Amino acid sequence: MADQFDLECRNVVKTFDQFVAVNDISLAIPKGSFFSILGPSGCGKTTLLRMLAGFQAPTSGDILIKGNSVLGVPPNRRPVNMVFQHLALFPMMNVAENVAYGLKRRGVDKATITKKVNETLARVGLPDSGPKQISQLSGGQKQRIAIARCLVLDPTVLLLDEPLGALDLKLREHMKVELKQLQHEIGTTFVYITHDQSEALVMSDQVAVMNSGRFEQVGAPQDLYYNPQTSFVAGFVGESNRWTGIVNGGNDQQVEIKLASGSRVFAKRDANNHITDGQSVDVFVRPEAIEINDAGSFENKLSAKVENVLFNGAASSLQVRESLTGHEMTVALPQTGAFASVREGDEINLGWSVEQTRCFASNGNGAGV
Amino acid sequence: MSNSAAVKSGGFRLGLLLLALPLLLWLFLLVILPHIDLLLVSLRERISYGKYEFSLINYVEFFTEPLYWNTYVRTAVMSIFATVLTLIIGFPVSYYIAKVIRGKGKNALFLMCLIPFWVSELVRTFGWMILLRESGVISNLLQWIGVADGPVEMLYNDAAIMVGLVYTSMLFMVVPLVSVLDSLDDSLIEAGYDLGGNAFTITRDIVVPHAMPGIASGCIVVFMLTLGNYLTPNLLGGKDSLWFTEQIYTQFITRFNWESGSAFGFLLLVLSSVIVWVGLKLSKQTLSQTVG
Amino acid sequence: MIPSIPQPKFYKHLYAGYIALFFIYLSAPLIVVSVFAFNDSLFPSMPWEGGTLAWFFGDSDPYIGIFNDSKLLESVGVSAFVAFWVTVLSVTVGTCNAFLFERSQFPGKNFLYIVSLSPLVIPGVILGISILVFSNFIANGVEEAIGWDLEFLRPGLFLVIIGQFAFITTITTLVISARLRKFDVSLEEAALNLGATRRAALWTITIPFLKPALIGAGIVAFLMSFENFNTTLMLVGSDAPLTIAMFDRLKQGSTPVLNALSLLLMLVSGGLALLSVFVQRDKKS
Repeated sequence: MADQFDLECRNVVKTFDQFVAVNDISLAIPKGSFFSILGPSGCGKTTLLRMLAGFQAPTSGDILIKGNSVLGVPPNRRPVNMVFQHLALFPMMNVAENVAYGLKRRGVDKATITKKVNETLARVGLPDSGPKQISQLSGGQKQRIAIARCLVLDPTVLLLDEPLGALDLKLREHMKVELKQLQHEIGTTFVYITHDQSEALVMSDQVAVMNSGRFEQVGAPQDLYYNPQTSFVAGFVGESNRWTGIVNGGNDQQVEIKLASGSRVFAKRDANNHITDGQSVDVFVRPEAIEINDAGSFENKLSAKVENVLFNGAASSLQVRESLTGHEMTVALPQTGAFASVREGDEINLGWSVEQTRCFASNGNGAGV
Repeated sequence: MSNSAAVKSGGFRLGLLLLALPLLLWLFLLVILPHIDLLLVSLRERISYGKYEFSLINYVEFFTEPLYWNTYVRTAVMSIFATVLTLIIGFPVSYYIAKVIRGKGKNALFLMCLIPFWVSELVRTFGWMILLRESGVISNLLQWIGVADGPVEMLYNDAAIMVGLVYTSMLFMVVPLVSVLDSLDDSLIEAGYDLGGNAFTITRDIVVPHAMPGIASGCIVVFMLTLGNYLTPNLLGGKDSLWFTEQIYTQFITRFNWESGSAFGFLLLVLSSVIVWVGLKLSKQTLSQTVG
Repeated sequence: MIPSIPQPKFYKHLYAGYIALFFIYLSAPLIVVSVFAFNDSLFPSMPWEGGTLAWFFGDSDPYIGIFNDSKLLESVGVSAFVAFWVTVLSVTVGTCNAFLFERSQFPGKNFLYIVSLSPLVIPGVILGISILVFSNFIANGVEEAIGWDLEFLRPGLFLVIIGQFAFITTITTLVISARLRKFDVSLEEAALNLGATRRAALWTITIPFLKPALIGAGIVAFLMSFENFNTTLMLVGSDAPLTIAMFDRLKQGSTPVLNALSLLLMLVSGGLALLSVFVQRDKKS
């Protein structure tokens, strides 16, 4: 059974003195998938990745590759390779020598090395760059060479430590697509860590959201976005309006919440979250879930005054203040033309459904911590 | 407008000249002209009091007198040997300070490396004399543990000179090595391991190539200082130390033969420059990178 | 290799052992010099005859302590005199050089930069003899031409100061240039923008920024001058600086008064070294 998974962690814990960096993580990554670990800096994702690579040993728990424990196997003998955060291309060697490095260590003969290096360079789209110096490459090319250097060794798992972090925005967008395609073509299992939710959502088959050393939720990108299971995931993945309030009644389907500002909202009741009356909760509504001047029947309705129009192309939004209570929120402003006339100071009606409204017990008060 | 600009640039020129004056005086009066004069003096022969003629006799004498020639070669060879030895001993220490030890211990260890060298070379050499001499600490230690039957004289031989030279040079090797190894990103070493390398191949393929500028500058400075050393060979090597600087001293101060002494000095300068130059070429460095 | 790479225990201990051995090698000569300063024997060697402070304070022959040894004390004074002037001259000229090399453009700059580095790769003995030969040439020339005997151009303290200055200036130039290179010129521009004159901007902004380097360079220059032997040896006249005086004593064989002196030197120069490290350390780091 176990060998269906390329990589498995069982109750892995890593502590540094008193600090628990990785707290009881278990995961299983099926062969050929693109698995991302998403979390803010300091959440323990780098520590986890370095344990997979063998640069740190877990305090307890087990790590298995293709069903075999690799605890005690040094990094140079593990069938995983890593693309480092700053790539760690060897500046004292040219491109071909960088790519050939691992093969040489395995004692592969020269002819095979040359052939494999050329093949791999072609595969990452840089067929003639072998004699170039590392310093002659652009940011995106360096990226591809760093990946080629690992792929040439046919690793069971490729680990990537935020490799896009150093690139500028445009190139990063481009590389996201390219990486996903590359992974799709070669079929190697990728484990990718990042703090950028868009990278994780765009590229991955599965994403694990990590916070303070634990996995908050593991699932497909759509799952995380539409069905967050914890307050942290709801807040961290995608944009959200986030309010706090007190539970004040409701039924099996929905919860009524009184917000600090005095207004009230209705949120979906989730069987997994045990919300009770009088409990303090966080409420999340995505800006794009809020309809403007829509006559439809929404459980949550209010009128508000536009404070700011933030034009940003397709990602434009409005900052509004509820007329009655002074409650602030952000609303997506679709650029379909219908709302082109909205100006600062306009009064608008807003509405959104219960289904689109999530609530979770506040941090420090149960779930999610 | 153009007039005021001209005035301004004229004032600027004058300021620049004033700023450059100390530099020019220093370099011309104390570095360039003295060495030209040294060359001129080495190329003349004293005929009688106050009368000189152009002559190559001083150089001919050097090449025909085996003592001078041998001392010259011996000094060069010993200096190269001392440089290599300093590198071999100092490299692991520098690596340990730069890459292995972390936090406060690192600074402490580095400072411990530096402090002995703030102490005068004379004091350091004096320390080695106390350690190595017949009635010294090591000799007594050896007798005490029963390895030696009687007093052992360890001073006044080549090994003693070597110990002292390596000791005196260590700082100039360790400092550039630590700084160059410090700049080696840990992830390069990790990447090497991740791709299947081991301690030996990574040292050979990644660490040493990266450290090359530091190795070059350390070796050049150490070699130069060793070649021009007088104190250590003289005190630890005694009468038979045969160091070339001693020949220069003898010619100048004891024999008062400045012409021959200048020729010797110039030959030492040429030797030093040539080997430094070859070192720079081999390691693809420039002088400004190395000492700057 | 590095802490994140697993290594056998045995190998780690071997490495640590080597490092320990190295530091024993490094400290051994300094320790024995210090310890034998307290040996109650006429020679700085074994056996240990019991402790005494006579080599510091003794005043009866042959137990003349360092504080009563007028010859050595005098040479300390000579060295301090030389070092003072070398420090003043080399820091001043080094500062000018730093501004010249870091701030201005002029033809031949590169060449002059290389030449100004060259004293570092010229053996000290050769620097000494070349200055000796050249100053003698000038002195003789002047004497023949107009009959003046320029005494200061003959071996003596003036030449010692000049000789040491010739190579120590390279070091002060490098230290001060390195600091000046880190200076953000826009700070000076901001001062000018706020109404400062060029001179005021220099004195209120740039020089205070350079101060750690100026002090550091001064300490280095003082110590290097105080401890210089090679160049001094060739230029010295009748007044012997400390290193020359100690060298003569060492050759003759001396009482442990030299150990006492060495111990004091170590304490002073070690203290100055630490001071310079702290002065030059950036407050942020």
